[in-house]
Amino acid sequence: MQTFDLSLIWAGIIGFGIIMYVLMDGFDLGLGILFPFAPDEDSRDVMMNSVAPIWDGNETWLVLGGAGLLGAFPLVYSVFLPALYIGVFLMLAGLIFRGVAFEFRFKSKRNRHWWNRAFCWGSAVATFAQGAVVGTYIQGFETEGFVYVGGALDWLTPFTVLTGLGMMAGYSLLGATWLILKSEGHVQEWAYRITPKLLAAVLVVFAIISVWTPFVDGGVRERWFGEVSLIWLLPVLALACAYGIHRWVSRRREGMPFLATLGMFIFTYLGLVVSKWPVIVPPDHTIWDAASAPESQLFLLLGMLFVIPIVLTYTAWSYWVFRGKVRTGEGYH
Amino acid sequence: MELDPLVLSRLQFAFVVCFHAIFPVFTIGLASYIALLNGLFFANGNPAWERLAVFWTKVFAVVFGMGVVSGIVMSFQFGTNWSNFAQASANFLGPVLSYEVVTAFFLEAGFLGVLLFGRGKVPQGVHLFAAIMVAVGTFISSFWILAANSWMQTPAGVELVDGTFYVTSWAEALFNPSFGYRFVHMGMASFLTGGFVVAGVSAWFLLRGRDVAANKKALSMCLWLLLVLAPAQAVVGDFHGLNTLEHQPTKVAAMEGNWETQSHVPLLLFAIPDKDAQDNLVEIGIPSLASLILTHHVDGVVPGLKDVPVAEQPVVGLVFWSFRVMVALGLAMIGVAVTGLWLRRGGRVYGHERYLKVLVGMSVTPFIAVLAGWIVTEAGRSPWLVYGLMTQDEAVTPSLTGGMALFTLIGYVAVYTVVFWAGIYYLLRVIRQGMLPHDQETVVDDIERAKRPLSASHIPFDDDAGHPVRS
Repeated sequence: MQTFDLSLIWAGIIGFGIIMYVLMDGFDLGLGILFPFAPDEDSRDVMMNSVAPIWDGNETWLVLGGAGLLGAFPLVYSVFLPALYIGVFLMLAGLIFRGVAFEFRFKSKRNRHWWNRAFCWGSAVATFAQGAVVGTYIQGFETEGFVYVGGALDWLTPFTVLTGLGMMAGYSLLGATWLILKSEGHVQEWAYRITPKLLAAVLVVFAIISVWTPFVDGGVRERWFGEVSLIWLLPVLALACAYGIHRWVSRRREGMPFLATLGMFIFTYLGLVVSKWPVIVPPDHTIWDAASAPESQLFLLLGMLFVIPIVLTYTAWSYWVFRGKVRTGEGYH
Repeated sequence: MELDPLVLSRLQFAFVVCFHAIFPVFTIGLASYIALLNGLFFANGNPAWERLAVFWTKVFAVVFGMGVVSGIVMSFQFGTNWSNFAQASANFLGPVLSYEVVTAFFLEAGFLGVLLFGRGKVPQGVHLFAAIMVAVGTFISSFWILAANSWMQTPAGVELVDGTFYVTSWAEALFNPSFGYRFVHMGMASFLTGGFVVAGVSAWFLLRGRDVAANKKALSMCLWLLLVLAPAQAVVGDFHGLNTLEHQPTKVAAMEGNWETQSHVPLLLFAIPDKDAQDNLVEIGIPSLASLILTHHVDGVVPGLKDVPVAEQPVVGLVFWSFRVMVALGLAMIGVAVTGLWLRRGGRVYGHERYLKVLVGMSVTPFIAVLAGWIVTEAGRSPWLVYGLMTQDEAVTPSLTGGMALFTLIGYVAVYTVVFWAGIYYLLRVIRQGMLPHDQETVVDDIERAKRPLSASHIPFDDDAGHPVRS
């Protein structure tokens, strides 16, 4: 009698929310990781100013995703969070510190180096934790029925450490190509210089993870090698994007490297989704197992259909308002 | 000693909630005050209103920022420490919390920026509208969160099937039996908090002779507000108490320190409740007064704690004493408000040094009263998480160990200590600086500036950062 599948719609919304968050918070977290390596304090001003007006709008996607998960797929919420207990704490602590650093760094001279550190370490820890979440999602959870029964540090394996480091490299690449787009002069030169190195790091990690994943998860192995499928198109597209970054950076194009990096993330993400679909709490719970009651999904959907377009409009508008280059000495210092 | 994950999780949630709660309680009241100041300026153009509005908007920005940062943690705690509860109640709480995020975010995203940075750039009417929308947004936020909390206190509109709650009526679940009382009680507490802080800060400025004309206006407004609100809050609190007596009699018994179900229950002024002995060690009280207050008859029967098994009794001493702290502070507020009315004759109030000093001291009391009130209502519900349906014991994350809970508890305390030391230190600097001359206030016009809460203030964080830089 149900003409449309609410769980499917919600999987789409949550999936969209997650990739929006990764793309949008990714580059500003990446700038935080690159912070200590910047050539001088002026460059740091530029880096921070380039994201200051938009970063907390970006993080709202995380909050939206978290609350949406509880509303639509409570099982994800009640398995992922206990399993990643320590990691979630580290991520929140990291996000809090860097959020406060955004506010106070510009208002502080004597203590500025402390806020610099808070910004960098907060970003790095939060990014690592997010990468580890991806790795944990691939490797799966020990559940009995609908309850997580594993230990506190089950998530921390060599594989998740690698995905955590991979996420740090990936976000740094996003941050560097964003900076190429948003800066000029010696800051931009620096960003051009580091981008190929970061790209190489990302590709190395990407390759290791790709080889490793089929050994971690039998389901993925079957999907990858079981049938001759279009699934192989996605990594090919991601690699094409990587080639694009390399080429456009050497030709000193300003906008394309960032777009190509976004493409790399999107295709990798889609690759992950189709590898695992429709499992949402690995190894064996699908999106339909994890769903909340249809009435609740419907009740929430009505609100989301109304609000998400508004959020998107506002976000697009704020990017438009703050378009263009950020120069040293702008804002306040 | 064995580390109990349940105890540590409760401690952790209580710590985070208490730290977080003081910020929204303040911003709800302050947002309405700022909207009122902007409205008054719009209506009669008196620049004193505008200067007050600009000053309090800066304070609002800092407090709002702190509230946002401290609030993120709580929604994740449902999953990390109370995963069984999250799973069981997701059909109701998930949509409610999501709606809180999206509706509060919607108004905040649209109008906070205009309120903080739009003065002089958008028409005055639009700016006023933004101020009103931000105030409305704070109420919408408290609507959802209090609906969620009240539902846990007096669950309705759901059925429990195989350990999962299913919503049978959204209207009944949201507007559950205690929601209205709680919403009004909290709303008034927010206005009292805003009122006492503004009164205290205005008094502090008056004691130093700074911006006397504007601060006299501010103080006068606040005193009228408090004169109405403080006694009214006592009445609302009484109604709330009667509602609690109907739905959560054990909580009321703990508040009164009443062990036996009996008539002529005394109102205890002092007692040492002892759960082991199931009695009070010492009692000093006024005969029959509790019966009179709770049932409106001197021989009214009040339920006692012994009506339920010991395992279902809350920590009586904590509830008993928190309740007394809240009521005592409420009475002190009424006393201060009435004294203000008395001192108004001949305008003595603005120069009465001792009274002004009392007002400065009173500005922290609403925060303590609010926290005490929350402890009464939350600890009084124990051991139930969803009253009568789910205990805290059943709600806690099964895989959680004491060591994990202790690690994050210490972690959160450390994080919040650093962050809030910085935040409150900065807030005090903003307040100390006070109102700037008019031409220094309206410098916010450059587009590259981050449209973030704290950007509303130019005040440096440390002394040698030089003057607010705008080269």
